[in-house]
Amino acid sequence: MPFVTAQTQQRQYDVIVVGSGAGGGQSAYTLCMDGAKVLMLEAGRNYSYTESSMFRTPELAPLRGASTPDKPFGFYDATVDGGWSVPGEPYVRTSEEDAGRFEWWRARMLGGRTNHWGRISLRNGPYDFKPYTRDGLGFDWPIGYDDVAPYYDKVEMLVGIYGSNEGLENTPNSPPGCLLPPPKPLVSDLLIAQRAKRLGIPAIPGHRAVLTRALDHQGVPARLHPGNARAQRILAEDMRARAPCLWATPCGLGCSVRANYQSTTVHLPPALMTGNLDIITDAMVREVSLGRDGRANGVNFIDRTSGREQHATARVVVLAASACESARILLNSKSAQFPQGLANSSGKVGRYIMDTVGSSVSGQIPLLENLPPLNEDGADGHALYVPWWLYGEQLAGKLGFARGYHIEIGGGRRMPGLGTGAGLEWLTGGSYGKKFKEDVRRYYGSFVGFAGRGEMIPNDRSFCEIDPTVKDKWGIPVLRFHWQWSDHERRQAAHMQTTFGDIIAAMGGKLREPVETDGAKAIAPGGSIIHEVGGTIMGADPASSVTNRWNQTWDVDNLFINDGGVFASNADKNPTLTIMALAWRASDHILSRLRRKEL
Amino acid sequence: MDRRTTIKWVLAASATWPLLRAGHARAYSIPTPVGYGSDPDLSRTYLPGELWPLTLTATERQLAATLSDLIIPADERSPSASAAGVVDFIDEWISAPYPDCLIDRGIVLAGLVWLDEESARRAGSNFLGLERAMQTAICDDLCDATRAATSLREPARFFARYRDLTAGGFYSTPIGRTDLQYIGNVPRTTFDGPPLALLESLGLA
Repeated sequence: MPFVTAQTQQRQYDVIVVGSGAGGGQSAYTLCMDGAKVLMLEAGRNYSYTESSMFRTPELAPLRGASTPDKPFGFYDATVDGGWSVPGEPYVRTSEEDAGRFEWWRARMLGGRTNHWGRISLRNGPYDFKPYTRDGLGFDWPIGYDDVAPYYDKVEMLVGIYGSNEGLENTPNSPPGCLLPPPKPLVSDLLIAQRAKRLGIPAIPGHRAVLTRALDHQGVPARLHPGNARAQRILAEDMRARAPCLWATPCGLGCSVRANYQSTTVHLPPALMTGNLDIITDAMVREVSLGRDGRANGVNFIDRTSGREQHATARVVVLAASACESARILLNSKSAQFPQGLANSSGKVGRYIMDTVGSSVSGQIPLLENLPPLNEDGADGHALYVPWWLYGEQLAGKLGFARGYHIEIGGGRRMPGLGTGAGLEWLTGGSYGKKFKEDVRRYYGSFVGFAGRGEMIPNDRSFCEIDPTVKDKWGIPVLRFHWQWSDHERRQAAHMQTTFGDIIAAMGGKLREPVETDGAKAIAPGGSIIHEVGGTIMGADPASSVTNRWNQTWDVDNLFINDGGVFASNADKNPTLTIMALAWRASDHILSRLRRKEL
Repeated sequence: MDRRTTIKWVLAASATWPLLRAGHARAYSIPTPVGYGSDPDLSRTYLPGELWPLTLTATERQLAATLSDLIIPADERSPSASAAGVVDFIDEWISAPYPDCLIDRGIVLAGLVWLDEESARRAGSNFLGLERAMQTAICDDLCDATRAATSLREPARFFARYRDLTAGGFYSTPIGRTDLQYIGNVPRTTFDGPPLALLESLGLA
């Protein structure tokens, strides 16, 4: 009986995992496949990938599927009970101005935020773990690329990531057998690549968690679980149940054939098949509970269906509730022994929250007008991307900002929708009537978009703490966010804008208005890219970090943070793949210590 | 989302309604102040009016249809906007309790009233009663906000927004997808990318 309740849970588990997203899903998978008994607690409701509305079209939805505060990424988006505001679960912002605002995106459902992401899965490179050593800013991680690389390999093989090996600086290759072949680029991708190359900007195949072909169910299980025949058998069976991409429908709607990664399509099915995983949904964890020995002995949570507080017990507690939610749980876990919150002797819990620097520009490309009918659904974008290409110039101090960004590109004859034909006056002179219909046909599919995704350097003014007065509907004190960008991020955003304008110009394209060269205006508000990490950063020194190199809190031996909270820097590479790699690595460590009876 | 939140949104939206005057109080009243919630049934098909009551009167719907069809008339490839259900969509849109919709509610309701008033000023009739050429003359004065007379700036803003809603309502239907020769959203076993001949013609192969 894998889905249990507060009443039907077992008395004792080896490990409690709080959260069911990338970090929680990977932790449960790794622990259960090796025999540990795990209880997973998810704050939101149960969710199955079979709920996906993949092929449904806008005219069947309210408001033609438009984004609303109830469904911020559109009616059919897989995320339910989620967004930048969640009913009954407020948070406090110290500023409403764009420059100082932080928006906190949450998903209260099984699979958490893995139900909404771009599936972009880039490895951090060697520089990304040692940024302080490289330029004197931010913090080094206590681990390097070589420590994480074997886990990137494993995650890529398990999840199914497409991509290629290009051997570019700080853009690691994967060993043979890790990556699936990348999808064919669209016309717009190829035109962008051709013109960007003339500017010295490389466009290479992207990496995404989408099965471009069936997984190697004969080879991969033995590589991932050597000596563990049962795990191999379970994984092989589950890999056979995942279908390759259907080359249709946006991944954000979820995937009922399990061709893309959500925790519920990849991690949870095999973990449940082991019989070692119990899951309680609608379980909102309030605090980690402590034994008299000062070690964690479980968690206290609110059963959202009854509103009652419940307790669960385990030898080890893993928080993977998302960077800020895990920090909130620690800060709310106050006791005589830990008056500033648990694992917070450094005072660093909640500190150094980092999002990704985001800025975007779109342009209209006459060369792409009036193309013949083409099915360009593909694998839902990101066939090509631009990795950061100016490492040398940056290190030489020529750019005025210290860290890089990559470029995500978009275009193609995608499914028409509410935005089609809107805002064309700058091209049409305000046509209406038959001329307007011809204009829409002409311009449909001729737009390209560029989104910069850059590294933010951790700073002292971007953090969260417990608000002294506001509580959520369960009575749990909520977070208050402080946010500031530095010139490094603002200048980086301005550089993005200029670069995108240059590429559009090189394509013979048009801009509706000039690019925004004021970085403060070009940068998207904090939290809006939904890549927030930090808050429980790992380090080599207990005085200045919350966790050690094993995601283990310095203060509490059997308490681990397996989400993005442990990131000591936030490279331009999207964080999910690294969250999974670190969660696998930390879970291996937990297993070995459980076996040695150290935990 | 609760009633209080919606009222806050209505007040914020009303600040963006310069065309609105006394007598347009309907714009402020939202019949159902809550939306479909954060966990709606995605597998159901929703018809306009099912989730929240619609707003437009029969006469306004006629006016809306006429304007939508001036923007997207039938041609040899596809039918007109109203034939594709655009009026139902616009009515659903301006009746919904969400911030963007509330802003458009004021713009559209006031804009429709303005059209009749302007028609009366120019020809002593409401918009529906005008000769086609006179209807087109009004649209010509509004269709490009950058060239519109200062006195017509707000009506031009209404026209631009109404054109966007008409286009969005039209192209998000099977009729609109066919018009644009969109051929995706079908499962396939392979994705072969663009044909070589096309890439060659664009200098990309």
